[in-house]
Order: sequence, then structure tokens, then C-alpha cells
Amino acid sequence: MSAAVETPFRRLVSEFSTSPVAVGAGIAVVLIILAATFAEFVVPQNPYDLASLNILDGSLPPMSEGFEGNYYLLGTDEQGRDMFSAMIYGLRTSLLVSFIAVTSAVLIGMTLGMFAAWRGGWVESLIMRIVDIQLSFPALLVALILLAILGKGVDKVIIALIMIQWAYFARTTRGAALSEIRKDYVMAARCTALGQMRILFRHVLPNCLPPVIVIATVQIANAIAIEASLSFLGVGVPITEPSLGLLISNGFGYLLSGRYWISFYPGIALLLTLTCINLVGDQMRDVLNPRLHK
Amino acid sequence: MLAYLIRRLGQSVLVMSVMATIVFFGLYMVGNPVDLLINPEDDLAAQEAAIARLGLDQPILVQFWHFLQGVVQGDLGTSFVHNQPALELILSRLPATLELAAFAMLLAVIIGIPLGMFAGLYPKSPVSKGIMAGSILGFSTPNFWQGLMLIMLFAVFWRVLPAGGRGETAELFGIPFSFLTLDGLQHLFLPALNIAIYKISLVIRLSQAGTAEVSLQDYVKYARARGLSTRRIVGTHILKNILIPIVTVLGLELGSVLAFAVVTETVFSWPGMGKLLIDSIGLLDRPVVVAYLMLTVFLFVVINLVVDLVYSLLDPRIRTKGKNA
Repeated sequence: MSAAVETPFRRLVSEFSTSPVAVGAGIAVVLIILAATFAEFVVPQNPYDLASLNILDGSLPPMSEGFEGNYYLLGTDEQGRDMFSAMIYGLRTSLLVSFIAVTSAVLIGMTLGMFAAWRGGWVESLIMRIVDIQLSFPALLVALILLAILGKGVDKVIIALIMIQWAYFARTTRGAALSEIRKDYVMAARCTALGQMRILFRHVLPNCLPPVIVIATVQIANAIAIEASLSFLGVGVPITEPSLGLLISNGFGYLLSGRYWISFYPGIALLLTLTCINLVGDQMRDVLNPRLHK
Repeated sequence: MLAYLIRRLGQSVLVMSVMATIVFFGLYMVGNPVDLLINPEDDLAAQEAAIARLGLDQPILVQFWHFLQGVVQGDLGTSFVHNQPALELILSRLPATLELAAFAMLLAVIIGIPLGMFAGLYPKSPVSKGIMAGSILGFSTPNFWQGLMLIMLFAVFWRVLPAGGRGETAELFGIPFSFLTLDGLQHLFLPALNIAIYKISLVIRLSQAGTAEVSLQDYVKYARARGLSTRRIVGTHILKNILIPIVTVLGLELGSVLAFAVVTETVFSWPGMGKLLIDSIGLLDRPVVVAYLMLTVFLFVVINLVVDLVYSLLDPRIRTKGKNA
């Protein structure tokens, strides 16, 4: 394929690049993901290896030098843990939890949404009623109740996030699939006597993807925010695998004595991550919205 | 209309029963509240007496049956920890939460509408761009962290407002309220602002878009041509026309204030329903969690029902659709 041929992917990239803010946010998101994935190589200290902590360096303000000459860019917490390192590790937990949750929610939601659109009748009514009812409650409250039942833990948080997010994808997919199923190409595929599953997954599904991708981007940001809130409230991830929310929660106790940095910087990291993902999501919506092309 | 109402009510009752069942059996599987509630130094007979008093010695189906019997009679069980009817306990915390929510909504309206209208009237001004950028930030900031930062600024660095609690309250109709005393107002301001910031951003967006659209309408041009003062055009002709979507959205948002109140109340130790829920989850106080859930589902069902009914009153098309179906 020569460079001049316009593939859908290339068109997407070139249209995405029309907004410098979105490109900047996109680069920031990539950097954040890379830093979180390769946390071991990015940070000066493993914050959960107790042997590498120096209690003499406890509660140092940002940009100070430790007892053994270590430099702490964002300060340390009570146990002498480098806040920058803790933050990047926390980011990893936050990103991993929300990524797994949203991916699973997309798979479950799309399957159910497609199934509803395809089968119609009482199956569709049942699925869509459940979706309606669930979406009429705030996500945070549903997650809170689910975790009150399930208990603490990374896996539990992921289950709760999947259970509150699948409904968005089911609703979006059903809407897109309903309009796709009526189109001529599906009729043509039926005429060639292809199997139902093949038509559904090879022909209809790819055409339902654009709105799902947009929702998924925004929902990743939402999942990160909800996970952080849950961990802050003490029903989220356990203390052994702290996410950004838990770091902020831990710093709460020191805030009143003026040691602001323990809560402040993880919060800034959270805010930056959420804002960048949302900016990327906004631009994706503009690019993938077919109504804006015509 | 009647058929629609009956169908909606039936659905609401179904939702409440399903939720109650899931939560009751779900919570039963988590931990054993007995371990937390019984003095381990008591002798065995005293422990068993305590278990029997809480009704925890019965088989789960019997407990569920007693629970259902109670629900029908408006009794949602007795708190293990506070030894007080769960519903009564929650209702006693309700005024604090409602006060917070109402104050937050008030802030959202009196701050959000003027800012949004300004941005809509002068879209090219740098102030407007600042307002719109600020509203994006207000949408993205995690609520709990924002609360911590408010505490940090106002209570720790500047020392102008208290960091938590409800302050001095005064009674109105026998219910304590904070907004009636100066000390109470000072305590109320930060948590209410914390809930309000998201709503302010929302109201700014709505009123900016509304103002930009309404300013181009013929009746605004005509009002200008008649030589009316700008204040009168903005205050009467534009404001009245942008209020409808704002009122609708804020009505719908009332429910989400309840959810965010959980976070804000925890950050600011505000003794409302949300803080009670978090404390009860921590203490495995099952009846309170179940009662909180039942009450919240009930509130939501009512809010959604009222919104739907108001819509069908405002928009005749929804009613006719119901008739044809």
C-alpha cells in the first residue's frame, strides 16, 4: 500500500491532529501510560519495598535532600516514602483497574446491546429496562452499595466498575446496531446466506464501534475518578496496592498539620490524567461523529 | 395517563423489592457483625443472649421474612450499633444533608448563571474564555480531592473557615439547622461550595449556550430596537428564556447531590446521611445500610417519577404517545 492511499486510520489521525490541544493531551496520556507501565525504571525508589525506605527522611517537604543525599522532588510521607515514586506506582494501580474494568464492560455491554438489537421482543425490553433503571442512579452510589456487599479488594473494585459501566455500552451499541441492521449491506449479507453470528460480528459490529470508542475513552476517565473516590472512602483498593485515591486519603491526616504535599501531588496527577483523557475523548467525539463530516 | 402512572408505580415497587433482596442477601454474606458487636469477655450465655436480641440466631430466610414484614409496616430494622430504629436514625440525619444540598444548589445558581450569561454575551472577552476554561476544570476535578484542597486553603493556610463539623445549630420547627447561626454558616460554606463547584460548571455551560442562542433571537433584537436598557434586556428577556433548561437539569441533578454528599460529608465530617452510610459500612451495621439503600432508591424513584410527570405536563406529545401505545 502506497503512502498516498487514505486508510480510515490515517484519516482519523490527520483529523485528530487538527486540534493542537487534543494532540498535546494525547501525548500526555501516552507519557502517563508509559510512566505507569514502566514505573520501576522511571522512579528513584520502590515505594513498597520497606528496605529501601529511610525513616530519617520522613515527612520532608518537596525538593529537599534526604539524610543519605537522596533527592525528593515531591517530598516524602511519614515513613520516608518518596511521593513521586508512590504517585507513579499509584497511577499504575489506578490505570490498570480502570482499563481492565472498561475493557470488560465494553465486551459485556456490546454483546448484550447487539443481542438486544438483533433479537428484539421481550429480550430487548428486559435488557433495556435493566439499563434504564441502572442508569437512573448515580454511578458512585451504585458502586458504593456494591462494594458494601462485595467487600474490599482490587478484584472487587473491578467487578463493581464493570457492573456500573456495562449499561452505557449496552445502550450505545443497541442504538448503533438498530440503525445498522436496517441498512442494505446487512440485507445483502443475509441474502448470501451467511451465518447470523458472522453477520452480527463481522459486518454489524465494526460499524457500531465509533460511538463505543468515544464512550469508552470518557468512561476510562470516569472509572479512574470513581475508583479514586471509592478508595478515598475506604471501600476501594487495599492498603497493599494503593491507588492515587488511597494516597490522597492517606495524606488527609497530615493536611491539617500543614504537610500538604502528601495529598496535593497525587491529586494533581489525578487531575492531569483525567483532564487529558477527557480532552482526547472530546476530540475523538468530533472526529468520529459522522454528522460533522457532512 | 392513569395507565402510565400505574405502570410506572408498579415498576418502582419492583425495583425497590429487587434492590432490597439483593442487598439483604448480599450483606448477609459479608463478615459477621456479631464479632464486632459482642464483648468477647462476656460469658457464653451473655453472648448468646446478645445474638438472640439482635435476631442473628435465626436462619437467614426467617431473618429475611421478618425484614419484609417490617418493611411493609415501615420498620426497616434496628441499628446494631446505635440501638435505634434504622429509618429513624437516617431521617434524623436527613436535614443536615438536605441543608447542604439546598445551599449547594443556591450557590450553583447565584454564581453559575451570572458567569455563564457574561460568557454568552461577550464570547470574545478574555474573561469569558477564563470562565469557560474554569468550568472545564470544575468538571474534571475529583470531588474529594477538591474538598481537601478547600480545607488546605481556607482552614490550614488562611485560617478563615473551619475544616469540618456542623458548627452551632439553631432549631427551626424542632429541627436543628446550621444556616441560622453565623458559626453554622461558616461551617456550611466549604462543604456546600465543594458540592456546588461541579454544579456551577454545569450551570455556566448551560447559561452560556442558552444566552448565546437567545441573544440572536428576533425578540431580543426587537427589544434593542425599542431602546430598552441592556439591563432590562438581559435581566428579563434573556434570563427568563434560558431558565427552563437550567431548572430541568438542576432538578435531575438533585439526585446526584445525594451521591456526592457521601464524599463531601466524609471529607468535612458533616453529620449527614452520607457519613452515616460510610460509618455503617465500616461497622457492618447491616440494618442501616439496607435502610439507607431503601430510602435512596425510594427518593430516586420519586424524583424520576416527578420529572417524568412534569415533562408529560409540559410536553403534550409524551401524553399522546402514551395513549396510542
